[in-house]
Amino acid sequence: MANRAIAVAAAPVAAALVLLLMAAGLVPLLARTSWGAVSPADWAALRFTILQAALSATCTCLLAIPLARALHRRCFWGRGALIKMLSAPFVLPTLAAIMGLLALFGSNGPVSSLLVAVGLSPIPIFGLGGVVLAHVFLNLPLATRMLLQSWAAIPTERFRLAQSLSLTPLAHFRHLEWPMLRAILPSAFAAIFLICLTSFAVALILGGGPRASTVELGIYQSLRFEFNLERAARLALIQVVMGFAAVLLLATIWRAPNFGVGLDRPLRMAAPKGFMRIWDAAVIGLLSAFLILPMLAVLAKGLPMIAHFPNDFAVIALRSVAISISAAVLSVTLALTLARARAKGAGIWVEIAAMLPLGTSSLALGTGVFLALLQVVTPQTVALPLAVIFNAAFSLPFVFRILLPACREIEANFSRLSAQLGLSPWAEVRVLFFPRLRKPIGFCAGLAAAMAMGDFGVIALFGGQDQTILPILIARLMGSYQMQAAAAVTLWLVLFAFALFWTFDALGGRDADA
Amino acid sequence: MLTYDSFTAEWGPGPAIEAGFEAQCNCDVQFQTAGDGAALLARLQLEGASSAADVVLGLDTNLTEAAKNTGLFSPVTQGENNVPNGYFDTHFVPFDWGWFAFVYDNTKLANPPTSLAELAASDLKILIQDPRSSTPGLGLVLWAKAVMGNDAPMFWAELADNIVTVTPGWSEAYGMFLEGQADMVLSYTTSPAYHLIAEGDATKSAAPFTDGHYLQIEVAGQLANSDQPDLAAKFLDYLHSDVAQTALITSNWMYPAKNPAAGLPEEFKTLVQPDKTLTLPPDQIEAVRKVAIEEWQTALSR
Repeated sequence: MANRAIAVAAAPVAAALVLLLMAAGLVPLLARTSWGAVSPADWAALRFTILQAALSATCTCLLAIPLARALHRRCFWGRGALIKMLSAPFVLPTLAAIMGLLALFGSNGPVSSLLVAVGLSPIPIFGLGGVVLAHVFLNLPLATRMLLQSWAAIPTERFRLAQSLSLTPLAHFRHLEWPMLRAILPSAFAAIFLICLTSFAVALILGGGPRASTVELGIYQSLRFEFNLERAARLALIQVVMGFAAVLLLATIWRAPNFGVGLDRPLRMAAPKGFMRIWDAAVIGLLSAFLILPMLAVLAKGLPMIAHFPNDFAVIALRSVAISISAAVLSVTLALTLARARAKGAGIWVEIAAMLPLGTSSLALGTGVFLALLQVVTPQTVALPLAVIFNAAFSLPFVFRILLPACREIEANFSRLSAQLGLSPWAEVRVLFFPRLRKPIGFCAGLAAAMAMGDFGVIALFGGQDQTILPILIARLMGSYQMQAAAAVTLWLVLFAFALFWTFDALGGRDADA
Repeated sequence: MLTYDSFTAEWGPGPAIEAGFEAQCNCDVQFQTAGDGAALLARLQLEGASSAADVVLGLDTNLTEAAKNTGLFSPVTQGENNVPNGYFDTHFVPFDWGWFAFVYDNTKLANPPTSLAELAASDLKILIQDPRSSTPGLGLVLWAKAVMGNDAPMFWAELADNIVTVTPGWSEAYGMFLEGQADMVLSYTTSPAYHLIAEGDATKSAAPFTDGHYLQIEVAGQLANSDQPDLAAKFLDYLHSDVAQTALITSNWMYPAKNPAAGLPEEFKTLVQPDKTLTLPPDQIEAVRKVAIEEWQTALSR
């Protein structure tokens, strides 16, 4: 019981850190707010925000199920590499993703040309369709990876039992896969829904105009253009409440899967043959093309100027990488502390603290922190540490969500054994948690590091010339007509993000089973 | 100096302007940056009197009234300038200017429209920027208001089917245009000069509109709280020097506020010269802006 007490006691500290950051950001904003009415335009933005987020999350989950299922049960040459490739869009900086999607689906892209050639009209990439398409592209990897890990978490003994009982495919699905999906899908849906709630660049660039205004855009406008702190605070609050409601709603429909404990060893199963084989091949082929081709387009655009480095490129790149790695370490440490405590029975507040950043506008938060710190320090001097903290906070919800089921699983299956053996807290982490969490931890650290690479919210607000990071360099190049150079730096950014992601992921586990 | 992001880029005017001033001032010029002109003002308002900056570079005339109202700027002495219709302000000096225009590829589009109304009636695909988050976007909304007056909502309703998308800033729209996502993009009459001079590419042109073209003037101001006001004032003078103005022409791709002795590059003489320059008085812009953006938003939300 001592372990439990220690694990649970560390959680309030981690949770308090997150809440402190949220409070530091939102309180200065709220302090300046008087409560006015929400304008019809803001209501329309709210409706559109929820609509596109719900549509995006639904489409993503619906596509992720067949993809993860096919990837789980098929064994083919290059499977591991393909799974790694398919994770990439999630860590692709948004601007690069939009660039790639436009090249592929834009009015003069190959997909549109093909459709026109066969007498159809091209895909309307601008509008709700484009927004959903981009969100599916960016988030399908996350959903697929979450599902794939859950599939792999079903003890192989269950599959063998099902096989020896000659279960029909339907019964197989009902008894083995459905309980797992019920447990993980709300989680995946929630994560993607929440990511899309705070979507800004995608909605604005592909949305096609004010029809597609999101709440985050409203916050951006009121902070950057109108300097209307009241409206910004009002919208930021709406967003937090919305995110909160989504987290709570989905927490209540959450069901933990219980397959009991197996031998904790992966064994590969024979997959169904016949028509299902063709189906799986088609699913993997089509969705892989959808996920990989836009990235190839980014590669093609960046390559011509790849060796022309702007001034100070090395320093800027190094700074970006350093921020990303620090953010990843901080994020995983916080998430593991919170997830272990939650698995050991700490209250729902742990979960809420971990998920809170997802519903918060980073722009509003950054502005609030800026206002708070302005009285104390010159903003530039703290720009880099703050970038680390912000990036860690905004990847925390994902990392937490991924680590939590794994922690729960360990807790459910091994806690009695651990208590019986009288393992010390450190020994428990070392022999019990770490070996089993190595893979998810590696994956999470990679995720957090890559997400941090593409983000420029805080530095854009705080930074000066000496705090330039890659995304700012790209914006700067584009603003000076240097589109090709910008495409090259974008490619570098993507390469760095992927390198970080894959390095951490590889440190977690040598094979790419899950 | 507090300025917008692309100003300090390697290809932007920042490095040359910095070196030029440091050579004569015995001082160290340091840039702080914030997104674009609009973000610059927001940053200033956030920092208020505690801003460490001495000079602000890159506000445009659509923002100067709001900037002046913050009380953060000190009065300046205004020298001569060659901004069309003249420019005088008690608190800001112009450093460059340009006309907004729709830019197109002259190898693909033989007969570009010659007015806003003709553009709206055509079936050309265009890219514009959001007036709520970018200065060219705001420029177009005010341009339409200056030409159409109370008929602006009808103009936007008619233009709606031409708009491929509305981007948050200039660079996204211009990038998409170069990739061929649309026939025309909202930019400046000087944009073709960049392609001519830097790339030797003559395929980009700006379409002259008989309505006239809305003017953007970029200005600099001195902060009242500066702890080195003399140096700040010197810098504002220096902005009109040949060194600074020459740097601005081929790095910011705008017209100089004061022509350098060597004159404009040859390529600038090939650019479209609008017959009529449109502006709104700064003190009216605040009021007009609100109405104009609302009309724009309503028309395009349908």
